[in-house]
Amino acid sequence: MSRSPMALPGEPVIDAAQARAHGLTDDEFAAIERILGRAPTFTELGVFSVMWSEHCSYKSSRKHLRMLPMKGRNVVGGPGENAGAIEVGDGWVAVFKIESHNHPSYVEPYQGAATGVGGILRDIFTMGARPIASMDSLKFGSLEHPRTRYLVGGVVGGIGGYGNCVGVPTVAGEVMFDAGYDGNILVNAFALGLARREDLQSARARGAGNPVLYVGSATGRDGIHGASLLASAEFDAESESKRPTVQVGDPFTEKLLIEACLEAIKTGAIVAIQDMGAAGLTSSSSEMAGRGGLGIELDLDRVPLREANLTPYEILLSESQERMLIVAERGREAELAAVFEKWDLHAEVIGRITDDGRWRALWKGQVVADVPVGAISDDAPVYDRPARAPAPANEAVSTNGLSAAPSPAEAFRAIISSPNVASKRMVFRQYDSIVQGNTVVGPGSDAAVLRIKDSRRGLALKVDSNPRACTLDPYIGAIATVCEAARNVACAGARPAGITNCLNYGNPERPEIMWQLIRGIEGLRDAAIAFETPVISGNVSLYNETAGRAIPPTPTIAVVGTFDNVAVHLKQYFKSPGDAVLIVRTAPPSLAASEYAALFGAADQRLAPIDLRRERKLLDGLVECADRRLIRSAHDVSEGGLAVALAESCFNPGGLLGVEIDLGDSGHVAEVLFGEGSSTVVISASVENIEVLHQIFAPLEVVVSGRVTQAPRLKIGAAIDEDVAALRGLYEGALPGRLERS
Amino acid sequence: MRWGVVRFPGSLDDGDALYALRDVMGQDAAMLWHKDEALGGAQCVVLPGGFSYGDYLRCGAIARFSPIMKSVARFAADGGLVLGICNGFQILCEAHLLPGALMRNRSLSFICDFVNVRVENAQTPFTRAARAGEILHLPIKHGEGCYVAPVAELAQMEERGQVVLRYVDAAGVESEAANPNGSMRSIAGVANDRFNVFGLMPHPEHAVEKLLGGEDGLKIFQSIVEGAR
Repeated sequence: MSRSPMALPGEPVIDAAQARAHGLTDDEFAAIERILGRAPTFTELGVFSVMWSEHCSYKSSRKHLRMLPMKGRNVVGGPGENAGAIEVGDGWVAVFKIESHNHPSYVEPYQGAATGVGGILRDIFTMGARPIASMDSLKFGSLEHPRTRYLVGGVVGGIGGYGNCVGVPTVAGEVMFDAGYDGNILVNAFALGLARREDLQSARARGAGNPVLYVGSATGRDGIHGASLLASAEFDAESESKRPTVQVGDPFTEKLLIEACLEAIKTGAIVAIQDMGAAGLTSSSSEMAGRGGLGIELDLDRVPLREANLTPYEILLSESQERMLIVAERGREAELAAVFEKWDLHAEVIGRITDDGRWRALWKGQVVADVPVGAISDDAPVYDRPARAPAPANEAVSTNGLSAAPSPAEAFRAIISSPNVASKRMVFRQYDSIVQGNTVVGPGSDAAVLRIKDSRRGLALKVDSNPRACTLDPYIGAIATVCEAARNVACAGARPAGITNCLNYGNPERPEIMWQLIRGIEGLRDAAIAFETPVISGNVSLYNETAGRAIPPTPTIAVVGTFDNVAVHLKQYFKSPGDAVLIVRTAPPSLAASEYAALFGAADQRLAPIDLRRERKLLDGLVECADRRLIRSAHDVSEGGLAVALAESCFNPGGLLGVEIDLGDSGHVAEVLFGEGSSTVVISASVENIEVLHQIFAPLEVVVSGRVTQAPRLKIGAAIDEDVAALRGLYEGALPGRLERS
Repeated sequence: MRWGVVRFPGSLDDGDALYALRDVMGQDAAMLWHKDEALGGAQCVVLPGGFSYGDYLRCGAIARFSPIMKSVARFAADGGLVLGICNGFQILCEAHLLPGALMRNRSLSFICDFVNVRVENAQTPFTRAARAGEILHLPIKHGEGCYVAPVAELAQMEERGQVVLRYVDAAGVESEAANPNGSMRSIAGVANDRFNVFGLMPHPEHAVEKLLGGEDGLKIFQSIVEGAR
């Protein structure tokens, strides 16, 4: 049975022009008419426009995402749920995902970032997992850009304001400043939850006749078309006017929702549950019904509203925050309602599951939308957009400043004070990193380390990106990014176990951007296969571009690793004077994509191919060293290169130490001291373990290059001799100095 | 001994306090629900950290009106031990069970960090396991921890020994730099004049295990246990 929905009084005429105003192409509009066998109503047009938007449908990336390895021995549950999960042992599973909130955060930084955190947390607890950690990857424009400091303040304030109040620790992250993000910042929010395997929830509806419950905040007009018009289009002069499409967050309600949902799940009365995220009620209802191959009927008159006169169009498209949709076992509604009442939240039955495969909405006694479920949840168009490598640039070689290359000491001081290299303490100090009592290693180290209560097990996690490398080569850059995130986790002593990713690129309708995206996915695929770390969840953010200028290609990669015994975890800090300092690397150092090159230029800006077998060897070696307690510290050489990594290893909070390094007769001092172009790790170990370390890492290059000293001085050959306390002053003072200056 | 940890809507460190008491210290501790008035026979009531009721009006301002706070006030009036940590400290000030008030941090931003606090009075039921002058290394995490009180009242409090903890540097010296939030007289924790109600901004429940930031917080809880014996 399907009564054709009627147009409501005062609604605009539905034609191709109206469809274009909704971000739909003429072909897409024709497809909608074909599917329905008639013109859509205004409400239906709105529904198709959000569900077929790039943000919700992945129509440009979907074809290519299929190449990613999503399965693995440790993967629990299939793809298509709200977030993936991996086994961590003793019956525990870790659920994690990263998601972008880029466009809203540029338009309204505080609420944009805050609701990014809120949304990703809901994706986790909707799986039945208690969120136990957050991370954020932030990319801002140059500090000289007039909007940057406003955006930093707003985004950091929003992440803290929401995360601190909801009681989930922010344990790691990254912050970068680059003129490539002047017009489009990136805010990628990661969350991880823990669940007992048997408690994992589904977002797949079952059982025709089962009631559909709405819980959480009432629906208002905020966020309408956030997913379609804001997140799926480039910025232009009008973007500021889209500020009302940004949602407003309420972390207190989110905290209540977390507790109430986890308690409600324990009753066993929930069949399926999903967050009302992008495209709100429309996406959550159609996706749950679609996964179950069923239909759903919604009575919009029963949806709790913040103001009385919302139209069906607005109710269905609102992205008001802190709302969840639940399919319950029939007859157990009251039991669930009691749990939500306890937490001062309301649960309202607003519809039911049907078996006719239709997604139907009723309002004031009439049908206002009636479409096949699959047409909006699953069968959005999939595009195979043309991709083309850009013509090689003529001046790929930057000789900027080469003639007046600084002395190693000058270069070192400049690099360690660079905002991209220097300490981000002033940012992460604003985040609660210890609530819930699991944080063994918090922000500021290679990877965060969490213990799992009532077990010896633990987790390590890190989020990384390397837009400079991805700009030089989007394929090698993506591999380098996965390697770095995995290496950070392995430096903490954990075995990399799973990946989540957020792919941030420009406008996919441009072939060069599409090429960057595909090459990025290929790089991610190859590294994930080599490390046996399945990609269990992810998100794609396209159209990060303003006035035709795209952001640098930025695949953001988070790696989660597991410990059988968290007590073996390592930190980056040297511990004992007299220990040998060893440098392990997979390839010769290079200045490509380094901070040095950004500041002073570099003759050769080509990335060498990465040998993934050698990268794997490095990861395995680090994990073995930790398990056998053969080393006392491990630190990844990343932003700034070896000299900075050595300095950071000396900044032991328990008391500064020093290091004396002899690099021999290296002809390429800048490459060795400041190169970031190969995977390199600084480790310290008791002298008697040197022999076995060589064996463990063979055939990688292991250079025994010096020793830890009690005196806090950093000495590297004849090139550098600095007081460690002074270096720490530069390192800690740089970012506050740049951000607080008025 | 028997402990009760109050869970308000928006409490965040309630589970951590319970874990510290029950799992780490082996105490008999239970969660108390804000809508109840029963204290479950607790010999010490803990008001935990967090953002009770979202702290939307003023930190702790709404929580003080919850049903359980009536019982907590009666319990305190009868001499029962009440420990307020962070948001709990703010609630105790709002409820006038402790003197003074907690304002926005001097930096105007939230601060999460480890600090050193000096035990100024080791005779209280909350600090008797420490030595006078002992330095405790504890975490703070708050946006509104700047302690203020009328100057005359502060002088009286100092005289009576109600200033129990003060922020200091690693060497035990008070300084502007070591005062993370701008509190008057670097005050980190205060007791009432009967010494049965104690509030502090640092989180002792987050410093009870070597693996996670040390064990200095145990001193506070052990003091209370020793007093009950």
